This record gives sequence, C-alpha cells and structure tokens, in this order.
Amino acid sequence: MTHPPNASAASAARGTAPAPARPGTVPAQPSPAPAAGPPAGRGAWAVGREKLREAATTEPGRLQILGAVLALLVVAFGAVTALEVTGRASAADDVVSRSQPLSADAAAIYRSLADADTTAASGFLAGTLEPAESRARYTRDITTASRLLVKAASNTDGSSESAREIATLNEQLPRYTGLIERARAANRQGLPLGGAYLRYANQQMSSALLPAAERLYAAETERLHRDDDSARAWPFLSLALGLLALGVLVWAQRRNYARTNRVFNHGLLAATAATVVVLLWLLAAHTVTRAELNSARTHGQESLQVLNTARISSLTARANENLTLVARGAVLTEDGKNDKYEADYTASMSALTAALATARELADDDAGRGPVEDSAEGAAAWRERHKDARAKDEAGDYEGALSRVVGAGESTGRSFDEVDAALERALAHEQTEFTRSAGDARDALTALPLGAAALGILGAAGAVLGINRRLSEYR
Amino acid sequence: MPNGTDPLVRRTAKRLRGWGGVAAMAVACGLTASLTLLPLAQDGGGAAAAPLTAGPGVGTGVQVKADTCEHPEASLTPSSADGPSIRAVKDRGKLIVGVDQSSYRWGYRNPEKGVLEGFDIDLARAIAKDILGDPEAIIFRTIPTNQRIAALNSGKVDLVVRTMTINCKRIEQVAFSTAYFQAGQQVLAPKLDKGITGYDASLRGKRICTAEGSTAYDALEENSFGAVFKDEADGTKDDKDLLTVPNQLDCLARLQMGEVDAVVTDNALAAGQAAQDPAVELKGRPFTEEYYGVAARLGNDDLVRRVNQVLVGYRQGPWQKAYKDWLAKDLPGIAGPPAPLYK
Repeated sequence: MTHPPNASAASAARGTAPAPARPGTVPAQPSPAPAAGPPAGRGAWAVGREKLREAATTEPGRLQILGAVLALLVVAFGAVTALEVTGRASAADDVVSRSQPLSADAAAIYRSLADADTTAASGFLAGTLEPAESRARYTRDITTASRLLVKAASNTDGSSESAREIATLNEQLPRYTGLIERARAANRQGLPLGGAYLRYANQQMSSALLPAAERLYAAETERLHRDDDSARAWPFLSLALGLLALGVLVWAQRRNYARTNRVFNHGLLAATAATVVVLLWLLAAHTVTRAELNSARTHGQESLQVLNTARISSLTARANENLTLVARGAVLTEDGKNDKYEADYTASMSALTAALATARELADDDAGRGPVEDSAEGAAAWRERHKDARAKDEAGDYEGALSRVVGAGESTGRSFDEVDAALERALAHEQTEFTRSAGDARDALTALPLGAAALGILGAAGAVLGINRRLSEYR
Repeated sequence: MPNGTDPLVRRTAKRLRGWGGVAAMAVACGLTASLTLLPLAQDGGGAAAAPLTAGPGVGTGVQVKADTCEHPEASLTPSSADGPSIRAVKDRGKLIVGVDQSSYRWGYRNPEKGVLEGFDIDLARAIAKDILGDPEAIIFRTIPTNQRIAALNSGKVDLVVRTMTINCKRIEQVAFSTAYFQAGQQVLAPKLDKGITGYDASLRGKRICTAEGSTAYDALEENSFGAVFKDEADGTKDDKDLLTVPNQLDCLARLQMGEVDAVVTDNALAAGQAAQDPAVELKGRPFTEEYYGVAARLGNDDLVRRVNQVLVGYRQGPWQKAYKDWLAKDLPGIAGPPAPLYK
C-alpha cells in the first residue's frame, strides 16, 4: 500500500475536516458547532450543498463525487441511447410494417377505383352486353378497393385526416356501385338511359371518390415521410452524452495516473470500454439504418413512385383510346386541327414511355428490369396495334377499328392488359426491395437498446468499482 | 431533427407532382363520361316561328329579311345538281355525318346490336343513298352538342343530323336544310305526380331539371312559376350538376333517383325519356315551337340544296315510315312533317 499522493496529503492536512470519512458516508460529517448550524429556514438542499462543498475539499470526497458523476454519466448514456434508439427503431418499424404499406394501399385504392370506372365505361363502349371479362375486372377492382379501405381504416385513428377521407370513400363507394348497377340494368334493356347512369356514376367517381383517394394517398405518404425522417434522425443527445462520458472517463484516468503513477485502473478501463462499444455500436447501427433507408427510398420508394405514374399513364392512354372511338373523331384539340383524344392518347403514351425509361434506370437488378422491359415491349406492341386501328377508323371501317381496340384477339386492349400486368409485377418486385431494405434498417437497430442499457449498467458498475478501489486506499 | 420540415415538404411536393398523371386520369374519366353518354343538350334558341300548315310536299316561298330573321327555317330551293361539296363526297365514296348516339329513338347506340339507329340515323342513310347510291356508304361521327358547329366548320363532317334546332343565331354560323321535324318544350313528370299539370303554376316550389344552356332553361328563367331550377354554382367549374345537367337524359336519371320532381325539355326528346321509363309521362301542352334541320357548312349550297331535294321525296312516305318505326308510340298525334319553307 502506498502512501497517499502529496497533493492529497497536503490537501488533507490543510483540511479542517476530521479524519477522512469512511466510504459511503461522504460527505464527511461536519461537526458543526450549534452556532454554525444551518439557520432555521434553510432546507435540506442547502444542507446538501454545504456537505458537498466540504466533501470536495478532501481527496476521498472528491473521488466519491467523481465516481458518482462517472456512474451517472455512463448510466445516462446507456439509458438515453436505449431510449432514442427505441424511438428510431419503432419509427423504422412503422416505415416497414405500417406507413409504407398504407401509402402503397392508398395508391392501390386510387388505381382500383380509376380502373373500375374505365372498365365500366369500356364495357358500355364495347356496344354489346357487357363482356364477362370486363364485369369480372370491375368486380375485382371494387373488391380490392373495399378490402384496402377496411385495412386502412383499422390502421388509422378516428380523428386524423386519413380517417375523414376513408369515411368519404366508404360513404361514396356504395352509391357509386349502385349507380353502375342501375346503368347495367338499363343497358341490358337496350336503353340509352344506362349511359346517363354511367355518366352520373362517373361524375361521382371523378368529383368525390378519386379526389378523396388522392388526398388519402397524400396523407399516408406524408406519414411515411415523417416516420422515415424520425427513423433516420441522428441521435444527437446520445452521441453528445457518450462523448461527454468518454471525455470525463479519460480525464479521470489521466488524473488517476498523474496522482498515482498507475497506468490502468481496471474498473475505469472497463467503463471506458463499455462506453466506446456503445458509442461505436450506435454509430455503426445508425449508419447502416440510414444507408438502408436511403436505399429503400431510392431503389424502392422512388421506383414505386415512377411505376405508379407509369401505370396511371397507361390507364389514361387506354381511357383516351376508348374515347377516340366513342367520339368518332369529332372532338378536336383547342386549335381545331387534331382529334383531341388521339392527341391525349399520344401524350399519355409518351408519359408512359418516359416513366418506363426512368423505372428502368432506377431498377438495380435484372429481376427489377425484367418486368419493366416486358411492359415497354407491351407498350410498343400497343402503339403498333393502335396505329392499325386508327388506319381502319380513318378509312371508315368503324367496326374494324372497334374490334382492334376492344376485341378479343390481338387488340390494343390485350396490349394494355399486358402492360398493366407487367407493371404490376414490377411494382411487386420494387415493393419487396423496399420492404427488405427498410426491414434491414429496422433490424440494424434491434439489439442496440438492450445492449446500450446493459453496457451502460456494466460501465457504471466498472466506474464505481474503479473509484472504490482508489478510495479503499484511504481507509 | 435538423432541417426536418423543409425537405419533408419538398419531398411531399415532389411526390405529389407524380400524381399529375392521376389528375389527368380523373379528367379523362370525366371526359369519358361526358362523351360516353349522350351529350345531347337541347338546342337553344327560341325561334319564334310563324305558324305553318303541316302538309307533305307543300313548299312555301317566303320573303326573308336577313336582319329581322323572321323565318330562320327557310332554306335554299331543292336541286340535284352536283357542286364542289357533292363532288368531294363522291370522290371520297363516303358521306360523313355527325350524329348523336344517345338520344333514344333519334340517334342512339343499340347496346344489343352495337349499331346506331333512330329517326335521325334513317334520314342520314337516306341522304347517303341518294348521293352515293348506298345507305351504308356513310361514316357516323358522334358529336357532343357544343361541337356540332365546330365539326362542320373544320370539315370533320359533311352534315349534322342530330335533333339540331334551326334558330337565328345558328343560321349565321351554319347552313340548314328545310325543317324535317317540329318539336316544342314540354314538362315531363312521374305519372303518379298529379300535382304537376304542365308548364303552369303547378310547378311552384318543385325542383325542375333542365339541360345547361337549353331553351328549356331560358324559358324557366323567363317564367319559372316559382319552381327551383338553378344550381348554386351554375356556370362555374364548381357546378354540382344537380338541377342543370350536361344533357337531357341525365335529367331522367335524377328524376328516377328522386332528386328532382320534373324535367323540362324538347317533347321529341322527352318522349324518348318516357319511352325508357313507363312511370313518367309528358304533362300539359308543348309551350314553344322549334324546327329541326340538317346542318351543313356555310357556303356548301350544293349540298344543302341536295338535302332539300332528298327531303322533298322523304316527306312522301319514308318520313311517315320512320315516324311510325321510331316515334309514333311515344310521340303520337303528329300528322306529318312540317311544310318546307324556301327563301
């Protein structure tokens, strides 16, 4: 056992306190004369401060304070890290398992509704009784929309904007389908009144249902971005506390070395190691999370966005192609030179081509590129068949044009279906990519809260033990 | 979260931009609707026509002063002589006619057969047969009401046969044949609604549906007998289309849904509505007189004269047959076509 270092000795000698207090009873009991006692009215807080000041004047007292501060810092670091990371992990989990699926569902609701409407109108345009295929497709669209609405409702609390839009959609959808059934009944009797009901239904769709679905998508997507941002926000408080704890630990060890010439204090070293591990773990896990979330955003979310645009462009092109036949070339563009719907069809096809090109660039593997390329091929065939149908129509062969657009054979309708199916596959693929990346982001954080808490406690214990070892030298 | 708000807002905006396509889709759906189903608004124009004696084949010449427009339905004298526009049709081998596809009994798409048929369609085929020798040598283009004149003037169609009312404003934009049908505005309401007796005080407090910009709407504006017939945001893009609708047949849908009490429209079209719903009927008497004519591009005089020539023969039998085929059941009591009036 070495004697206490000089500085301590000097300070101890100078100290007015009685013999060094035993550990655990610091601050040393003052031996207050009654006159020096705290005046009435000064509370325990003031007493505590007084004791602390007195303790700080002796080395053991200072060591005890240091030990307490170190333990507190390390524990706080562990706890805050656990807390902050838990928040981010749950945000990352929300991205994967709640907000992104809901945002995708909202897009699917929109698409289903728009598709149902176009399908119902096409069924009428076919001129004969509604083909079974078209009826099945309409039913599928309505079923999908209803199912996703229920799902969205169960994931939304009652007061939010999403809940209002879902309520609107739930109110309007039965009204819409009711009008469509009336239209079918009249159509079946060969009455043009069916057309009037179809028109009425279409008006409900474009003035109430689709805008609500679009607002729902916007709200859900905003929630996705909120969760995404919360998940990737740097845990600054944890990092700051970690660095502070590390700094104080290093300082304490330097101080220890300066006074005792002993290089290592095992307890403090353990505390330092625990702090460094948590700090590195935190940095690494968070970097991985951010990287995966970025990858989910660029490879998943942005691809999904572009593919949704492509899908809606192809729907628009299809609707305009049908309208070209309905209008029979008599609705002109503003300048009165071209067929309006033919021009709109061309514009939508260009948008489709552009979106497919972007999707192809964003696709990062063959599995992603495959369906996009299929879709592009389908679009090219569509364009050819459309040209053929237009030529028939221009030549006055309306029936011929009609069969090339809505017929069962090699019609543009078939091409549209191929494009749509390929886009659906591409969307499914990108959805998987997104879920995997975002899932990895979440998993990177999984063990960290528990680890940080455990290591924080271990580190604090190490700090206390290390200091106690020094204190025991004063006994 | 540093800089959290701004990027979020920007990203959201960026994502929303992608939905421009979605909005376009919605617009396209809206357009589908407006076309798909019957854009036949009634023709405006309260033509104050002089009373005419209806009699097949009786031509009457009148002095027409262009500035007063007393008889807008007076047309060019008939002739079979070829001119530049007839030659263009013959060179093409097809007559292009603008028609409607959703006015029951006039021009509508038979959902079962998938073909256009009706009173107007028969007349169009008769014209094609006369010029080209084949009633099938015809290309139908279905036109929304507000495109009829534009379609003629751009040369997209040779003729418009589409329950088009001849009136003073239109004769300055297109050339009309002689009148081939006389119609008038009338009230349509449920049979069981005995409270509505016609265009009179019985309309007080009732909700009346009309087509936007129709003669019926103008008539109600002049004297509505206390009926409710205007939408709040009429004429703006916020128009909810509750009482005033894009085309007359929409009114029947609203009448069936119980959203309006009665409809005011051309009796010729109202009869088509009544034919689709046995629970409604025409009430009272027609309270205006309007004439339908075949329209051609202004200046295509040879074509107009040729159509008038066709109509001379058409009034002697085919007209009566078409009337019997399409209209007699729902619009009984019409003895024959209006007598032609020539300039």
